[in-house]
Amino acid sequence: MTGPVVILDNVEKIFGEGASDQVHALKEINLQIEENEFISLIGPSGCGKSTLLRVVGDLIQPSSGVATVNGKSANQARLDQDYGIVFQAATLYDWRTVAKNVQLPLELMQYSRSEKELRTQAMLELVELTDFASHYPWQLSGGMQQRVAIARALSFEPSILLMDEPFGALDEMTRERLNLELLSIWRKTDTTVLFVTHSITEAVFLSTRVIVMSARPGRITADIAIDLPQPRNADTRSSVRFFELETQVREELRISEGGQEPERKPA
Amino acid sequence: MSERRQRIWAPILILVALVILWEGLVTAFNIQQFLLPKPTAIVGNLVQVVVVGSATSGDAEEEASLGNRFLVVLPGGLSPERQAVLEASRWLSFPLGSRDVFVLRGSNFMPILAASWFTLKEALGGMAMGTVAGIAVALATTRWAASREALLPFAIAANSMPIIAFAPIMNNWFGIDNPFSKMAIVTIMIFFPIMINTVRGLTSVDSRSLELMHSYAASDSEILMKLRIPNALPSLFSGLKVAGALAMIGAIVGEYFGGPRIALGVFITQEAALFRFATAWAAILVACLLGIAIYLVILLAERLALPWHQTFRA
Ligand SMILES: Nc1ncnc2c1ncn2[C@@H]1O[C@H](COP(=O)(O)OP(=O)(O)O)[C@@H](O)[C@H]1O
Ligand SMILES: [Mg+2]
Repeated sequence: MTGPVVILDNVEKIFGEGASDQVHALKEINLQIEENEFISLIGPSGCGKSTLLRVVGDLIQPSSGVATVNGKSANQARLDQDYGIVFQAATLYDWRTVAKNVQLPLELMQYSRSEKELRTQAMLELVELTDFASHYPWQLSGGMQQRVAIARALSFEPSILLMDEPFGALDEMTRERLNLELLSIWRKTDTTVLFVTHSITEAVFLSTRVIVMSARPGRITADIAIDLPQPRNADTRSSVRFFELETQVREELRISEGGQEPERKPA
Repeated sequence: MSERRQRIWAPILILVALVILWEGLVTAFNIQQFLLPKPTAIVGNLVQVVVVGSATSGDAEEEASLGNRFLVVLPGGLSPERQAVLEASRWLSFPLGSRDVFVLRGSNFMPILAASWFTLKEALGGMAMGTVAGIAVALATTRWAASREALLPFAIAANSMPIIAFAPIMNNWFGIDNPFSKMAIVTIMIFFPIMINTVRGLTSVDSRSLELMHSYAASDSEILMKLRIPNALPSLFSGLKVAGALAMIGAIVGEYFGGPRIALGVFITQEAALFRFATAWAAILVACLLGIAIYLVILLAERLALPWHQTFRA
C-alpha cells in the first residue's frame, strides 16, 4: 500500500432538516492518515468524534466532501471488509459464546472451517481469553467483554481499526492494562488505528498523533504529533516528555473550547 | 440450593393448605355440592384410594356405592368377587398392616382422559397453525418495512378484541363436530400475540449490533439469520407462553358453544347440566393441569433453545 490509508477531503456533515433543528456535526474536515499510524480523536462531548469515525467507516454518508480509504471510496472499502470496529459497549451477541462471537466476521466472510478455528484460537490467545472460549458474554466482566470485541474486530485482519471510546466504560486499572494490550496488538498486526477517546492521558499514551476537535460546528483545531519512543510501557507515563505532550493537548483543548475546561473523563 | 428448594416448596405448601381449608370449610358449613364440591369429591372422580379391612365378613353392597369419594374404607375381608372388582380398575395395591390398600382410577377417569386428549389435540393443532402463521407474517412484515407500518396497528387492535366471540361463527363455518372449527378459533387467538412479539423481537435490534453487521458488509438475509432471528427468540417465547395459556381457553370455550360429545368443553357443560358438579370440577381441574403442562413444556423448550438467556432471569 502506498499513499495515505484515509483521506478526508473537505468533509461536512449536517444532521436534521429545517434551519432550526440542524446540527452542524462536521465542518471542513481535512485529514490524512498514513499506514500504521495510531490516531486519537479527542474533544468535548458532542463535537463530532463518533460522526467522523462513522463517515470513515461508511456507516453514515457525509453531506458533502469525500472520504477515500485505501485508495477507493469508503463505501468500496466497507464492501471489501477493510474495517474492524469496536464501540464503547462491547456489542457482543448474547446468544453466541466468546469463540462464536469472535468468529462472526469470519462466518460472514466465508472463511473455511479450519481457518475459522485457527484464527479464533489465535485471537483468543492474543487477548488472553483462551480459557473462556465457550463462555457466554454475560459470564465475563466488562473488560473481558471488550477484549472479545477487540479479538472479533481483529480476527479478519482488517487494514483499519475504528475504535469509539472502547475503554470509556471501564475502570482506570482495566483501562491501563487494555491500553498496553492494545499497543502490543497494534505493533504485532500492522493495522492503522483511528481511536476516539475523552481521556488526554490515554490519547497521548497510545497515539502517534492526537487530533483535537471543537464543537458546534465540529472542526479539527489541532494536530499534535506524539514523538514518544516506541514501544511504550508503564514508564512512558512518568517521562517528562509525556507530561509536556499532555499539557500541550490540554492547552489545545482549552483553546478549542474558548477557555473552558475540557470535559473530564468519567470518574 | 436451598433458595431454589424453597421456591418450589413454598407454593406447594400454600396449595395444600388451601385445599385443606376448602375441604374443612365445605364440611363445617355444610355447603351444598352444587355450589362448591369438596376437593376430595372432585379428585374422587379421577383417583380413589380403597382400604379393605380384615375384621367382619364382606358386604357385597358396598362395592356398588364406591361413588366418587376419594377415600373409601370397606369393612370385611378380600373376597374373590371383591378382589375382581377392585383389580379391574387398579393402578397399584399394597398391604398396610392387616389391611389392603388399593389405588384405583376414579369412575370418571377414562371419560375425562379421552375428552382431554381430544381437546388437547385441538389446542395444540391451533397453536401450531397460529404460531406458524404468526411467525410467517412477522417475517414478511420485517422484510417489507412498509407493510409493517400498515399492519401493526391492525394487529394491536385485533389483539385486544375478544376473539372467542367468533366461536359460534367458526362452528358454523367448519361444522360443529369438526375439530377444525375449534382449531380455527385457537389459531386466530394465538396469531396476534405470536406475530406482535415476533415483530417486536425482529425489529428491536440494538443499533450498534446493526452497525457492526454493516461494517462487515453483511447482506440483509445474513442480518436476518445471524442477528434479527436470534434476537427475536426470547420475545417469540414470551409470545408462546401467552399463546399456550390462550390455546386451552380457546378450545374449551369454543366447545361450550357446541361440539362432539367426546370434547372436554362439552363434557363439562353436560355434567354441570346433570348436576354432577364434582365431575364437572374434575374435568376443569384436568383442563387446568393441561394448561400448566403446556406452559411448562414451553418453558423447558425455552431453556433448551436459549441456554444463554436463563441468567437474565436468575
Ligand atoms: N443520527 C443523528 N441524528 C441527529 N443528530 C446527530 C446524530 N448523530 C449525532 N448527532 C449530533 O451530532 C453531534 C455530534 O455527535 P457525535 O459525533 O456523536 O459526538 P461525539 O462522539 O464527539 O460525542 C451531536 O450534537 C449529536 O447530537
Ligand atoms: Mg461519541
